[in-house]
Amino acid sequence: MGLESAQIHQIVKEKFADSVLEEAADAVDPFIVVKPGVIEDLAYFCRDDTRLEFDLLSCISGVDYPERNVIEVIYCLDSTPNKHWLIVKVVLPRDNPRVRTVENVWRTADWHERETYDLLGVTFEGHHNLIRILCAEDWVGYPLRRDYVMPETYRGIRNVVY
Amino acid sequence: MPEVKTEEMLLNMGPQHPSTHGVFRVVIRTDGEMVLESESHIGYLHRCFEKVAENNNYLQVVPYTDRMDYLCAMANNLGYAQTVEKLMKLQVPERAEYIRVIVTELNRIASHLMAFGTYGMDLGAMTPFLYAFRDREMLLKIFEKLCGQRLNYSYIRVGGVTFDMTDEILADIERFCEYFEPDILKEYNDLLSYNGIFISRAANVGVLPVDLAISYGVTGPSLRGSGVARDLRKDEPSSIYDRFDFDVMVGSGEMGTVGDCWDRYMVRVREMTESVKIVRQAIRDIPSGPFCDKKAFRGVKPPKGEVYHKIEGARGEVGFYLVSDGTVKPYRVKARGPSFCNISVLDALTSKGDCMVADMVAIIGSLDIVMGEVDR
Repeated sequence: MGLESAQIHQIVKEKFADSVLEEAADAVDPFIVVKPGVIEDLAYFCRDDTRLEFDLLSCISGVDYPERNVIEVIYCLDSTPNKHWLIVKVVLPRDNPRVRTVENVWRTADWHERETYDLLGVTFEGHHNLIRILCAEDWVGYPLRRDYVMPETYRGIRNVVY
Repeated sequence: MPEVKTEEMLLNMGPQHPSTHGVFRVVIRTDGEMVLESESHIGYLHRCFEKVAENNNYLQVVPYTDRMDYLCAMANNLGYAQTVEKLMKLQVPERAEYIRVIVTELNRIASHLMAFGTYGMDLGAMTPFLYAFRDREMLLKIFEKLCGQRLNYSYIRVGGVTFDMTDEILADIERFCEYFEPDILKEYNDLLSYNGIFISRAANVGVLPVDLAISYGVTGPSLRGSGVARDLRKDEPSSIYDRFDFDVMVGSGEMGTVGDCWDRYMVRVREMTESVKIVRQAIRDIPSGPFCDKKAFRGVKPPKGEVYHKIEGARGEVGFYLVSDGTVKPYRVKARGPSFCNISVLDALTSKGDCMVADMVAIIGSLDIVMGEVDR
């Protein structure tokens, strides 16, 4: 069995002391919030450190908070040899959400980041092919944002509102 | 003899194609029969589940979760229900837990039967498909008796299950288990698994190394075919899976190399035996009592917070990331479908230089994807 969440957070805080902004240890699923600039180094550390060995990136999801004017990007990490997990969050400004890509650390981040870009408009710097994946390539707008308005037409096809 | 002019060809496979298991498009650059590289395009079945879930309350989201992986809908329902229950710290009655395990495992058998039948059909073997569907029909009849639906059940909801499992249905399930194992599984192995043509088309094809698989987020039978014994029912058991005794089937390179298509296919066939084992144990131990939390069925209002919960679906790790703001509607539901990550490994497998166009069909079939959960 692997480490407890508190111990994992402690190991991360030792290495990235001034970049861990918040640690929610008593939430239902404990998580840490880190500065966006450090996410790539943190990803390499999580994957390669022998105590952690987070080799599986379960998913990357984005959440839009228009009242707080931020978009949060959440990384759910898992470890196949140690069977423990970690949730890392970064908080990005809503008018220009940019963060480094982690696709060089976990190859699955490629498609997950494309989906977050497609649906929420988060730009992942350094991604080799950041184009839309679920919506059509020439779609305009980021559908999962709270203030998204459906377009009236798409390539001449009218939008039907019931 | 004059020089034969050769050039590379750009082929489009899909989105309408009998072997792509749904609306899935692959653009292949070939040099004759050999594939040089491929590029997958998904999104043809994007139905905006996550946006819809923001406008419906927690009960109304359940039918949408069915339709993500429509071949193993119970697992999706279970994943979503357990995610909400984890956030609410809601305890589900004991009988409901046992019923949930029984129907999820039966649905896993039905899903693997579909994978077995259609994989044979992809590679040209028409007969095993009908044998698999004969047995799958028995399971669908049981589900119809139980909850009225054959494919998209909405049976497992937050707080329990919708209808009780009567003794008649339990007897039907026991009869199915008696019929299915071991005779029918032996029949499948005789029909397809050890057939020479099948082996030459599936063995040593699409070899998926372990580090590539984990880096691409592959989970489920596709990962177990490469030799990794990772099964969320054993590693991170939710509800009562830790009370059951079963083995994790792992590929071992019996017919070729570890992690080839034959290994992934055989993991699915062998897993059906383990699922029958679990169902038998659950039927033996199922207690009497309530089958749902009636208050939760009328509507739930989880406290503010976020949670990520994952279970082992038929195709891999089904995960739900739920953000709740304390109202009756979820603020954000992110669904992680296993096929989304499983199919992303296709481009890496085909660019190694030893894949032929016919092998692409074998690889896509062995990864067992359902486009409903790739695109959501």
